[in-house]
Amino acid sequence: MLDVDGLNVWFGAPANRVNAVQRASFYVETGESFGLVGESGSGKSTILRAITGLAPDWSGRVDVDGRTIYRDRRDRDFYKTVQMVFQDPYASLHPRHSVDRVLSETLKLHGMDRIEWRVPKLLDDVGLGAKFRFRYPHQLSGGQRQRVAIARALAGEPRLLLLDEPTSALDVSVQAEILNLLADLRAERGLTYVMVSHDLAVVGHLCQRLAVMQSGRIVEMLEVEQLRRGEAEHAYTRSLLAASVAGGRTGTEGGAELSPAATGS
Amino acid sequence: MSLLDVENLRVSFDTRQGVVEAVRGISFTLGQERLGIVGESGSGKSMTGRAILRLIRPPGRVEADRMALEGEELQSLSERQMRKVRGRRISMVMQDPKFSLNPVMTVGEQIMEAYLLHARDSRRAARRKALEMLEAVAIRDPERVMKAYPHEVSGGMGQRIMIAMMLIPDPRILIADEPTSALDVSVQRRVLSIMDTLVRERGMGLIFISHDLNLVSEFCDRVLIMYAGRIVETCEAARLHEARHPYTRGLLNSLPRLDQPQDRLEVLARDPAWAGGDA
Amino acid sequence: MREWLLSDSPASRRQARLGRLYAGWLTFRENTLAMVGLGILVALLLCAALAPWIAPHDPYAQDLAMRLKPLGTPGHLLGTDSLGRDILSRLIFGSRITLYIVTLVALIAPVAGLLVGTVAGYAGGAWDAVLMRITDIFLAFPRLVLALAFVAALGAGIENAVLAISLTAWPPYARLARAETLTIRNSDFISAIRLQGAGPVQIITQHIWPLCLSSLIVRVTLDMAGIILAAAGLGFLGLGAQPPSPEWGAMISEGRRFILDHWWVATVPGLAIFTVSLAFNLLGDGLRDVLDPKTGGSQ
Ligand SMILES: Nc1ncnc2c1ncn2[C@@H]1O[C@H](COP(=O)(O)OP(=O)(O)OP(=O)(O)O)[C@@H](O)[C@H]1O
Ligand SMILES: Nc1ncnc2c1ncn2[C@@H]1O[C@H](COP(=O)(O)OP(=O)(O)OP(=O)(O)O)[C@@H](O)[C@H]1O
Ligand SMILES: [Mg+2]
Ligand SMILES: [Mg+2]
Repeated sequence: MLDVDGLNVWFGAPANRVNAVQRASFYVETGESFGLVGESGSGKSTILRAITGLAPDWSGRVDVDGRTIYRDRRDRDFYKTVQMVFQDPYASLHPRHSVDRVLSETLKLHGMDRIEWRVPKLLDDVGLGAKFRFRYPHQLSGGQRQRVAIARALAGEPRLLLLDEPTSALDVSVQAEILNLLADLRAERGLTYVMVSHDLAVVGHLCQRLAVMQSGRIVEMLEVEQLRRGEAEHAYTRSLLAASVAGGRTGTEGGAELSPAATGS
Repeated sequence: MSLLDVENLRVSFDTRQGVVEAVRGISFTLGQERLGIVGESGSGKSMTGRAILRLIRPPGRVEADRMALEGEELQSLSERQMRKVRGRRISMVMQDPKFSLNPVMTVGEQIMEAYLLHARDSRRAARRKALEMLEAVAIRDPERVMKAYPHEVSGGMGQRIMIAMMLIPDPRILIADEPTSALDVSVQRRVLSIMDTLVRERGMGLIFISHDLNLVSEFCDRVLIMYAGRIVETCEAARLHEARHPYTRGLLNSLPRLDQPQDRLEVLARDPAWAGGDA
Repeated sequence: MREWLLSDSPASRRQARLGRLYAGWLTFRENTLAMVGLGILVALLLCAALAPWIAPHDPYAQDLAMRLKPLGTPGHLLGTDSLGRDILSRLIFGSRITLYIVTLVALIAPVAGLLVGTVAGYAGGAWDAVLMRITDIFLAFPRLVLALAFVAALGAGIENAVLAISLTAWPPYARLARAETLTIRNSDFISAIRLQGAGPVQIITQHIWPLCLSSLIVRVTLDMAGIILAAAGLGFLGLGAQPPSPEWGAMISEGRRFILDHWWVATVPGLAIFTVSLAFNLLGDGLRDVLDPKTGGSQ
């Protein structure tokens, strides 16, 4: 479904150029969920933005659904295949547009018919009732906003969904709801996910394989099963893993394990 | 003496659909410690923090029997005196960093401004201080980030910039509203350790608002659990996992776990009775 | 009805839109001063519409026997001017000209500014550089001098005065719109709509304009006073409304000669300008509250 080979992404003029991603390669099978974890600022969001054309300067090869993408040319077809959900649900909805407007506009852009019927259906699909249809973003909680953003991404019936930390701004109970929703949608529609997260537990829950990034490079690629067995090799992955497993364990021992590190230095 | 003393704080909003009570009579004290506040979205955590800084605008209303900073009643201060309190004595890391940063000013200028507003110092010194602070919050390449605009930094970097900005005036109390939600564990630890050092060495008081129960139980000394504007449970942080309130248990159960894969995560089933329960 | 309008889960698009208008109206109504402003403007509108019926005299009818009568003269409530024309009638008819100027300028200047500013801000690069340098050139000239140059080129008359004022008034709006656009254009919701395949025209008109519009509208209402005065200034220099016409600014400049002995001739139209300007200011303040996307917000 998605094949990325030797992707470099940079920002700015050559003089003070920022190389945000360097030689990243990975592939994602159709119907698979692929996780992208890594340090903050390591270029995870940038990879997704380069694929969707929001970061203009990149080199390398990106194939989506067997078709190679060229730098500035993305057609309607592309946007019908690939959609993205952004990191921050508070920033990704237009403050002056109602949910109804967001969704119907998107449906129109994708050339859909029967919009009056599709809008309530989309809302239903993401577990929001029709009563949210005419709300404005400031009348919605973070979790509800993220659901609207997911509904918008689903409007064109894409097959590849790029999720940029879809739950990091949300509290745990809402996170559980969104993760369940994503799992259901994938089962129903055979979607392919690329999910960025900094939380190994979240990636472990939803994905089968993952890549680990550090300062713009992919440093390790492994299966979630391997991760569970603690077979990570790179030092950074191991430290992430240690912290995640410690955190997931109940009782005070996890706290004892983390506290020295947290209070040290 | 405690740093902050809050008694029976209430925040309400008059809307056309009636009065929304965001915070419904909570009381707590803060010493030189790390106090965690956890709770689900909309439980009134941020409103508590904003109410302390008197940052709630009409139609919001704040009432409290007592809200004292080192013995000084905050409610009786004028707006001008309050401006001096904000930043220098109490500062707050807002929940939405990108929203709180000025989009058309470079990161460096904003941090320096925060410093110069409270310290009489040269721009050179402010610059040095800002660089130091960025380095302290584990930002690689601080020179570049100083010159970047907010949209040119990643989500997690924005959060750390906000923290740097709020710590630079060296406040007595820091209210951190979800300060690390976009950070991975390694960076999170670095950031927490700075706050921790400040609490232990300078006697800063920290109110740490978060929805990450594990983090709070590991990092804080004491935890308040809020639900629908009330404190439903207060406990020692390390004993959070033994919490009894069904709501706290529900929150704990909805976490995905790497070592125990599940098909579906448990979703919190809310009981209206919890909202009525006393603190 | 009220329930239906304020329902938090409207059933149709129309109900949602009406409900929103109604909620905005309720917010606006709470602001007493803004209501006063609105009241004055509605009165002005009525005056203009009903001028021939409510004016006691013909605004052009001269009666040299009755020249320069003070306030309160029977039959001439606000006195008469140097040619014996009834000031009240002239004011009432002058409201038509004032409204005409205000409407035209309010349509041309902000729209031009919005267009230039948002295109420059959103497109960036060369577009931005060129458009903003043009804006700077316009800004560099004193406004009245530039307007004079335009009128001199186009010929005197009220339409040309309006055009000249509009042409000199748009640059601040362009700057404002550009600044707003710069803060908006990198936000995620703009990225999101780009990902749906929307083109720049749609993004600018549907997504950026609504966010710039509120601050622009407020700014325009606040600028109205200046616009009325600029029109008066041109009239005063003989380049705007031409003499017998009862334009308020021209009335002041006529009355100027008698200001010491017959103060009301210049003062009454001055007060009218002042009142209308104030009304626009009050209205602008009220609109700011209604249009601010954050009122009623939760963040
Ligand atoms: N528009 C831009 N101009 C310049 N540099 C940028 C721009 N966008 C991102 N960067 C830089 O690229 C790097 C990678 O950013 P990215 O947003 O991909 O990080 P991330 O892995 O998503 O981190 P986080 O987990 O904190 O969101 C950062 O160093 C950032 O400063
Ligand atoms: N302007 C407003 N008008 C009406 N209600 C409001 C307003 N602002 C906030 N509220 C309400 O106050 C309550 C508390 O909000 P608050 O931001 O404190 O939640 P929170 O606990 O910080 O949640 P989160 O984890 O999502 O940040 C919410 O239920 C919200 O709906
Ligand atoms: Mg990111
Ligand atoms: Mg909050």
